[in-house]
Amino acid sequence: MTTYLIRRTLQSIITVFIVSIATFGMMHLMPNGIVRGMLGQHYDAQKAAALTHQLGLDRPVYIQYAKWLDRLVFHFDLGYSWTYHQNVSDLITENLGQSIYIVGLSLFFTILFSVPLGVLQATRRNTITDYTITTFSFIGYAVPVFFLGVVLRDLFQVQFHLIPTAAQIASFHDAFTQPEQMILPVATLVIGGVAGYSRYMRSAMLDEITQDYVRTAIAKGATKRRVLYGHVLRNAMIPMITLVGLSLPTLVGGALLVEQIFNIHGIGVLTISAALSNDFGVVLGTTLLTAIVTVIGSLVADISYAALDPRVRLT
Amino acid sequence: MDEIIAESPAAGEDVPSAEQMLGLEPTEKPRSMFRRGLEVFLENRLAVVAFGVLVLYLVLCFLGPLVYHGNTSHVQMDEITLPPGPSHPLGTDQNGVDELGKLMKAGQISLEIGIASGVLASVIGMLYGAIAGYVGGWIDAVMMRAIDALLSIPLIFGLIYLASTVGRTKTVFIMVIALTSWFSLTRLTRGDTLTIKVRDYVAACRMMGGRSPRIIFRHILPNTIGTTIVNTSLSIANSVFALSVLSYIGLGLQAPNDDWGGMFANGSSYLDQNYWWMIYPPGVSIVLIIISCNFIGDALRDAFETRLQKR
Repeated sequence: MTTYLIRRTLQSIITVFIVSIATFGMMHLMPNGIVRGMLGQHYDAQKAAALTHQLGLDRPVYIQYAKWLDRLVFHFDLGYSWTYHQNVSDLITENLGQSIYIVGLSLFFTILFSVPLGVLQATRRNTITDYTITTFSFIGYAVPVFFLGVVLRDLFQVQFHLIPTAAQIASFHDAFTQPEQMILPVATLVIGGVAGYSRYMRSAMLDEITQDYVRTAIAKGATKRRVLYGHVLRNAMIPMITLVGLSLPTLVGGALLVEQIFNIHGIGVLTISAALSNDFGVVLGTTLLTAIVTVIGSLVADISYAALDPRVRLT
Repeated sequence: MDEIIAESPAAGEDVPSAEQMLGLEPTEKPRSMFRRGLEVFLENRLAVVAFGVLVLYLVLCFLGPLVYHGNTSHVQMDEITLPPGPSHPLGTDQNGVDELGKLMKAGQISLEIGIASGVLASVIGMLYGAIAGYVGGWIDAVMMRAIDALLSIPLIFGLIYLASTVGRTKTVFIMVIALTSWFSLTRLTRGDTLTIKVRDYVAACRMMGGRSPRIIFRHILPNTIGTTIVNTSLSIANSVFALSVLSYIGLGLQAPNDDWGGMFANGSSYLDQNYWWMIYPPGVSIVLIIISCNFIGDALRDAFETRLQKR
């Protein structure tokens, strides 16, 4: 187990390292683009050259990368945003709260709903219940997040006025004190999530139901309820851990769109508005952050999977 | 479990009789993979309907403008935000532009970019996977680790990043979307390649002096084509989605050349005014194309995936 832990952690560190090279590389493929974006309308060759020198963009790429990595690792310094006039790291800390709030709530409710739905489908396999849920999950899975979000907004805020349209949610405090504003964004993400998760839960349950230990338990006289919830469900939950780890990027990406639709100023809207005004430092920072979160997520998922399922080969 | 049961040949079906095997009776000519695949595909009603929807949209967007001449180019202030009516079947937008004409024009862009980048992603993914799997060793390990790293960047962040740094033209979007969506096929093709490259016919080919490119292109890739075909269909759906996401957040193609995502974004900014005809036609078009491609992909998987082949 210890060897596996070390190996898997090292692998993640290497992955993060490659991600940092990739994002840095993308940003610096066209150093002129950065300078041009910063100067905007005041662009002229002389100013551009001065700024290039000032930012150190005229030095070899590997030195720039080393300096950037040094500042990032030892000072958590991701550079300066010239549109927000703030440090990128401060910007991220300010906007992180409301994004984590949405993603966390969505993940919680997605699991809360999809586990019972999956169990229901597996126990009522090939009945009307199963087919109905399957059809809805196919639709929920295929409908793009932004379309679903706009439809929900149209229904609940414009047509029936069930939820008031509020001013922008700009901080974690806003998000926490106006829970009614969180209903639709979270619902948008949960509907898409449940569609996918309940399918996995269904097949995980079906995989376990056919195992020998289930037959043994039934032969020993255990009740159906006990077998189903005491044995099958517990084992079927294990693959779900991996799924949560793997679906983090989708969830984070979805949260970005949901923020845009429901006017919540979090990491997503920060990234979008920075990208629209060529503020690459911010985009680089948030991209790197989400990538690291994803890598950590799948690391935690893999380790808990190995810890919970003794059958997993630790190679 | 279903699949395992389904895979075992049904009794009495397609099993050659003793006479046939001894050559006393002429055996039926074996049906080609595509012929067989087509039969399985046509049995799936849902997929046939989905295919019909896709064809309808292609006809509407590419042939429609030849028949229907709506104003899609100039501002007409006396005709702004008209609801659907006889002169404008889908109404007009805030500039008095005919929505049906715009839907066709935007559809051309969505479908062109979607299909082109879907196909491109499949080609990249197939080649990368086959090469990584065939070469093996540390090169394979490095190639796959690189994919792990790229996969951990959420797709949308990668897209925003590339679209905002590289610039925005049709070609760029095709490349950008293709470059961010070939990873899953690569893993599948690599897996197939690992099992194919140890087969006897590959060894035989190598013994007869067949070089690596020949083995990859003539022996390995044709055997993984089923996976690729399935994936292409899913990848087109993903590309249409990715493009519409980019347009929705304002990083897509610019206004006169926008796609369905751009139309949808424009419409949904008038949500409070209740101009539903500006929101739902492009939105539903995106959803229909994505659902259709997914259903077609599922049916193609039943038809062409050799691992799941029923007959």
